[in-house]
Amino acid sequence: MASANKGARARAARSSRNILMAATALGLAASFVAAGSAQAQEEPVKIGLVTFLSGGAAGPFGVPARNAAELVIGAINAGSLPAPYDSAGFAGRQIETIFVDENSKQKNADFQKLVEKDGVDMVLGYISSSSCKAIAPEAEKAEKLTILFDCGTPQIFEEIVTDPKYTFRTGAHATMDNVAAARYLVDTGVKTGSYAGINQNYAFGQDSWRDFSASMAQVDGEATIATEQFPKIYAGQYGSEISALLTSKPDVIHSSFWGGDMEAFVIQGSARGVFERSKVVLTTGETAMHRLGAQMPDGTVIGARGPHGDLAPESDLNDWFRKAYFDRFGTLPTYPSYKMAQALLGVKAAADKAGSADQDAVIGALKGLEWEGPSGKVSMALANGHQAIQGTAYGTYKFDKETGKAALVDVVRYDAECVNPPAGMNSIDWIESGFEGAKCE
Amino acid sequence: MLTAVAIAVDGLGFAAWLFLSSVGLTLIYGVMRILNIAHGGFYALGAYTAAWAVGLYTQTGSTIALTYLIIPLAALVAGVVSGLLVERGILRFMYGRDEVLMVLVTYAIFLILEDVTKLIWGTDSYVSYQPAYWLGTIDVFGLPYTVYKFLIIAVAIAVGAALYVTLNHTRVGKLLLVVIEDREVSKALGINVTLFFTVTFVIGATLGALGGALTAPEISVVPGIGAEIIVMAFAVIVIGGMGSIGGAMLGALIVGFSRAAFVHLYPPAELFSIYLVMAAVLAVKPYGLFALAESRKI
Repeated sequence: MASANKGARARAARSSRNILMAATALGLAASFVAAGSAQAQEEPVKIGLVTFLSGGAAGPFGVPARNAAELVIGAINAGSLPAPYDSAGFAGRQIETIFVDENSKQKNADFQKLVEKDGVDMVLGYISSSSCKAIAPEAEKAEKLTILFDCGTPQIFEEIVTDPKYTFRTGAHATMDNVAAARYLVDTGVKTGSYAGINQNYAFGQDSWRDFSASMAQVDGEATIATEQFPKIYAGQYGSEISALLTSKPDVIHSSFWGGDMEAFVIQGSARGVFERSKVVLTTGETAMHRLGAQMPDGTVIGARGPHGDLAPESDLNDWFRKAYFDRFGTLPTYPSYKMAQALLGVKAAADKAGSADQDAVIGALKGLEWEGPSGKVSMALANGHQAIQGTAYGTYKFDKETGKAALVDVVRYDAECVNPPAGMNSIDWIESGFEGAKCE
Repeated sequence: MLTAVAIAVDGLGFAAWLFLSSVGLTLIYGVMRILNIAHGGFYALGAYTAAWAVGLYTQTGSTIALTYLIIPLAALVAGVVSGLLVERGILRFMYGRDEVLMVLVTYAIFLILEDVTKLIWGTDSYVSYQPAYWLGTIDVFGLPYTVYKFLIIAVAIAVGAALYVTLNHTRVGKLLLVVIEDREVSKALGINVTLFFTVTFVIGATLGALGGALTAPEISVVPGIGAEIIVMAFAVIVIGGMGSIGGAMLGALIVGFSRAAFVHLYPPAELFSIYLVMAAVLAVKPYGLFALAESRKI
């Protein structure tokens, strides 16, 4: 638990840095006013940024996403990103942010406030699938450009808003994570005779299991389901579920658990030998691998909901992102940070392409857009150009006791068209059709 | 057979955790007639203090054995300090108010405590697994269980027994029973009711913190754990009868075994199991199984 002291130091360093930055910003603002420059006359683009700032999803997702937003927006405003993002602002306009806590009982009202009272130009956010299910119809009703950057459920454009005009999702949906997980098991020669699932009992957990079990039926027709466990989200205590996993003796265990739930499952499961008896797949495992260190058992299959974090391919943009993030926050960026950066760069690419940051211009340009994020190419290929697909990767966990560092080995990469449904086809229909039209190398 | 054994051990383990996490809530309600929503805050404070202290200690590389002392000590410090602050600083000005108002007051305190934990420990998770690992596992019919789980069961039994003996077989306990029965008469008899209230609240808060501290090595301590526990603890004490220690024990056992049975036999209904049990019990005994008889005052 080196995190306690390190965390305190990082926080102290951060707060002093924040003070410094605030002072610098004030100084800059004053000089702008004094100079009466032309830039100051153009109104900034106001973005409502919604992520978890409290509750169980803040630590693993919300705060890393907010950190990435602060970092990337700062760099966009300063024009200090690597090419092709080295021009300042969204089509020249500076960005202003209003942060809102997603951990709220009145998400729709918070959204309306952003739109009507704060007058934001766009809303960017939402980590939980439940939030996205509530906000997507609201965004269409309010006719406000809304970028969903992280939530996973494929239902958003397949069932909730089937003809989106104002809502976009710049990250791939959870079908990709689970199709790729099943493919990875087969590709790396894991025995898949019987498999079990332990997933949280809400949209993301249920959809993840649906897609994984349907994919397993395709990649190994003889595999059987040993047990399906759906504990309550934030349950924390998994003694009974772990016993059920142990008594049903599956070869593979699939889990889309995240945050504290995933860490608790790893602690309780590894203490009781679950990870030795079965191959465990954690589709969001990357968010916890560096924090858990030796506690995460070697051999665990780890995903990052895309080629993010330790699975990100090398590029100038990725190098810049990792270094700048580490220098500022003292930890490496995990997938929520990557997905936030990806969303912001998508909007910047659209605005720059259209030459304007006005809503209609951005919507027009973002539809069907392709751009490079820190984790590679992203294409708005589904849902009439409103839903992103991208390639993904899985790896197997290995902890180096000598250096004390966590790493992923046996990494397998999958092209976007190999693990995502084609345009116009629902995820589950595509999986059950035997991945019709999938292009895998 | 294996499933039956698993249900029995899992049910007992879960019940022990539930009892430890809810006994403070029922004690405070029994004595003070306050449904203390801030209980979740004390639980979280205990969990954070223990996880943080165990983390600091294990960094020194010393023997893990001492962590079993650090955990209750962390609970004691967290419970006594926060319990005293809340009772002396806020609640004592509110005594005699309507029960519903007290729910709102303690809910407000709960929200404050949530932010206090966030202020002190931030939003990152704290993992202090060492005490849960160090004792190893034992096989029950080929099914490995951590020894730590049995330790929690033992602590739950000890806490239950200590409370039972104190309440029924000591002078202080008997005086407390008189306070529970009738505050006005107790005062008239010369019992220092205010002192009893303060001590009871601090003990209740410490028990809440102990529940969190003992759980910390098994979980990842994250913001929001207090909100989760309050719902479970409330269900347990409602089933058992609010204010009854024996009721909390029975409620915990019923919820623990039924949840374990659902997980093993029909997992899709696990989420619903606790509410099913609660509805079934309340349909037959609307005030819970061991509800204290209320005498009507004119």
